[in-house]
Amino acid sequence: MTTEHTTQTEPRHLRRIGIIWIVASIIGDLLYWFLVGPHVPPGRMTSSATSDQLDFNILMELALPVLFGIWVFFGYCFVTWRSKRRGVAEPTGGAAARSNLRAQVWWIAVSSILVLFLAGFGTIELIAGDGSGGGEGPNPVWEPTGAVQAETAALTSSASWTPGTNHVLVVQVIAQQWKFTYRYPQFGGFESPQLVLPDNTSIAFNVTSLDVIHSFWAYQLEVKADANPQENNVAFTTTNQLGNFTVRCSELCGLWHGAMYNYGKVVSTSAFQNWATTTESANAANTKDLAPFAWTYVPDANGAAGGYYPDGTVTPYSPVETYGAKQPAS
Amino acid sequence: MTISAERPLKIAPEDALSHAHPHRTSWTERPGWLSQHLGTAIIGGILGYVFGHWLGNYITGAYPYNANSGQNSSADALALIFGVVGWLLGIGAFNYPLAKMIGREPKHEVPVEGWTKYFRYTLDHKVVGKQYIVGVLLFLFTGGLLAMAIRTELLNPTTHVFGPGTYIEIVSEHGTIMMMMATSVIIGPIGNYFVPLMIGSRRMAFPRIEAFSFWIFIAGYAVIFSALPYGGFPTGWTGYAPLQTQAGPGMISYLLGFAVIGLGMMAAGFNIAATIINYRAPGMSWSRLPIFVWAVLATAALLTLATPTLFAAGLFGVLDKTVQTAFYVTEHGGSSYLWQNLFWFFGHPEVYIMALPGFGVVAEIMPVFTRKPLFAYKIAAAGMIGVALLSFFVWQHHLFQSGINPDMRPLFMLTTELISLPTGFIFLVGMGTLYRAKIRFEVPMLFALAVFFNFLIGGVTGVFLSDVPVNVTVHGGFFVLSHFHYTIMGGLLFAFMAGLYYWLPKMTGKMMNKKLGLWHFWTMFIFFNLTFFPMFIIGLLGQPRRVFTYAKNLQTLNDFSSISAFLLGFSFLIFFANLMWSMYIKPTPAPANPWDSLGLEWQTANPVPLYNFERIPVIMTDPYHYSEEGAPSVADLGVGVKSPVSSGAKPAKS
Repeated sequence: MTTEHTTQTEPRHLRRIGIIWIVASIIGDLLYWFLVGPHVPPGRMTSSATSDQLDFNILMELALPVLFGIWVFFGYCFVTWRSKRRGVAEPTGGAAARSNLRAQVWWIAVSSILVLFLAGFGTIELIAGDGSGGGEGPNPVWEPTGAVQAETAALTSSASWTPGTNHVLVVQVIAQQWKFTYRYPQFGGFESPQLVLPDNTSIAFNVTSLDVIHSFWAYQLEVKADANPQENNVAFTTTNQLGNFTVRCSELCGLWHGAMYNYGKVVSTSAFQNWATTTESANAANTKDLAPFAWTYVPDANGAAGGYYPDGTVTPYSPVETYGAKQPAS
Repeated sequence: MTISAERPLKIAPEDALSHAHPHRTSWTERPGWLSQHLGTAIIGGILGYVFGHWLGNYITGAYPYNANSGQNSSADALALIFGVVGWLLGIGAFNYPLAKMIGREPKHEVPVEGWTKYFRYTLDHKVVGKQYIVGVLLFLFTGGLLAMAIRTELLNPTTHVFGPGTYIEIVSEHGTIMMMMATSVIIGPIGNYFVPLMIGSRRMAFPRIEAFSFWIFIAGYAVIFSALPYGGFPTGWTGYAPLQTQAGPGMISYLLGFAVIGLGMMAAGFNIAATIINYRAPGMSWSRLPIFVWAVLATAALLTLATPTLFAAGLFGVLDKTVQTAFYVTEHGGSSYLWQNLFWFFGHPEVYIMALPGFGVVAEIMPVFTRKPLFAYKIAAAGMIGVALLSFFVWQHHLFQSGINPDMRPLFMLTTELISLPTGFIFLVGMGTLYRAKIRFEVPMLFALAVFFNFLIGGVTGVFLSDVPVNVTVHGGFFVLSHFHYTIMGGLLFAFMAGLYYWLPKMTGKMMNKKLGLWHFWTMFIFFNLTFFPMFIIGLLGQPRRVFTYAKNLQTLNDFSSISAFLLGFSFLIFFANLMWSMYIKPTPAPANPWDSLGLEWQTANPVPLYNFERIPVIMTDPYHYSEEGAPSVADLGVGVKSPVSSGAKPAKS
């Protein structure tokens, strides 16, 4: 492959290919970085969005030279050595054409370095990004400061959140066929169909499901976590821009999967506190009838029409024990 | 090594493929109109189905959860199981083993002459190969029609052609049928037909198992579409529990469908592996094995080792739905993660079950159209084996956002990215073979080159998906969808077309029409890319998979994709027209070796005799000595006939 100068008249093919490739790669990378990169979804609304966008762009900067390298090589071969081209030389078989140690070693070395770099870089970004907005299951391994305390406190009724205290806001996402609802344990555990978040705050999304597997995908927030029944899947991000965002279900969950979406917004911390305390008191009567806040819920013996009891604290199949004699309205 | 050589050159009558023995009077010998064929198989299938349904209702009909619900999953499951058994009985798959079991002289399957052999339990690997062509095209065109329906629905974000239930049914059937097709699309037709010819064997190791793998593959088609009268299944091809547990009786068809196809895959896998290991002609050392055979061997290993997981997982699901076990039911001690783990533990090797034969086809035909030896043969073989091995260690990248094992994510990110190394070997091989070659852009070569283009995009986007932070953006969206269509359709299906255009002249003695072939190639290549490339952007812009409504601002891109998809569908009609035209309407006889290949498969007589080789060939070198002065011939075909030697400019005509 690299023995390009067998005769004087033969052009140096590999050098030509190399030059075209380098020029194309530099142009492609620069164009991408400045024209496309800043607009790559999901934007920069949160810490995970920002860092995952950077990650995507770095991958793209490396992918473009790989793509161009192979395209340029193939294209050059097609043009230069097509059989219909006048005067194209007869190919030479034999040992030299069957393998080339230098080319093989280079190929393996370069691709190995590239792959190991990518794996290392991805790992660093994953850890530094507190899981990059992905669901980490019930026992997260990468989490922002204060998340453990906030999560632990959320299960006690005394948990609270006030702006400027650097508290992590705990939000529970409850997916069910075919909607999302949200509970705020630091505000008495009220449940709302609206997802409102404060700006400049680390959020711990605790995602669970009441029936089948869904996936909570807050698109602009760059948070994605599967909602598994009886599992708490925790994902973190930190908001840093005001605005609206879309929530979609990204795991096929049955008939109306395509219609399972809603919208949320990131507001200023004071506006958020205002909204949360107002909603907490407005919903107080309903909240009393809800199952006590827990990480997961199991449908009770009455099935979908009945209430939900928190698992682990009461015996299954005893709604009376959970709710007293009266079943809450569904 | 010398197993084939030790076989007597004279054909033994005991051999399953023996020529009709004029004086044989076995007790099972019967007139033709009483023999078994597709018709008896269908009757057997129907009788089995009815019997199974009755049996299920008889046994479990009185259980409260059946009596009260108005449906009986046990009856549905037993109906399908007995239906498949009846089908196999009807086609004659059990004649031989049953006769052996009761100690009677088994019927010696007399090779049937004429076209009816294509509708029978035929033991000739060449017939099975052709049967598989029709079989996979049946799967492919059905799945393709469903794809057209999906793209029709996605023309508009709010106006619906189908209800949400029908839409999910279409999506699920499309995915499942295409995945089933893809497991066999190259291995079935090309692998079965050409592996024995390429390794210098007269037969497959287990011809009955081979016929079994085909006929149960067709049974899988019936089983998976038996979901339709029940309203299909709502889970997509991935069948996630608990949605699976919640779903209606159509789900049984999905679970048993995969189990049935899985049986065929396992059977095909170990038959092919045993054939390649044991039935190589003398001199066919591992370093002389055609690269396609290496790819098929690696695939066979995956088929044999990965598919049992699918089979077991499917049966667990059937048990959950019928006798109320709780493998996947969290409330009763099961786990919804279990299905995901089992399914992808099979599912990721499955991806390479699809990809590897495609690589094999491409690597096999590139030297022919470049008149150069395959570059870095050992690297190519190592790449195939490397992919096969690594494919068992990557499955949890499908579960990056599921909440399972977060601490394992860096590991699965690494293993997934590592698999791009052996995959990259194939690109090195392709590039080295093209360098200073003399490239003939015939239709098979165009398809092979398109595989490199498409698979490159599929592979590179795979690296994006394997990166856990980027995966948060792209997981579960159209980006993934586009990625795997680029690898499976852009890689495997293009390779299948390359293989068909390349090998059909050998299989049928007729050439495919080149002009129609070029139209087919260019329309398929262009509209494939125009259909699926926009889906990367659609996915990045936030459209999840399997939705029937989407954001209004994505309509332009979706419409573009849909219209391209219709044109892509049209390109398959060109292919079909070409197939009909070239094979039946106006056949052009093919030269014995139309592409001037050195491959052993082109050195047999035309049409290939029942026994492939008059004499077992002795292999002298690998089949890639193109453009080499003084190269040895590939094989000694016996009685002084040697296979031709090729030079670049004027390849020897055979």
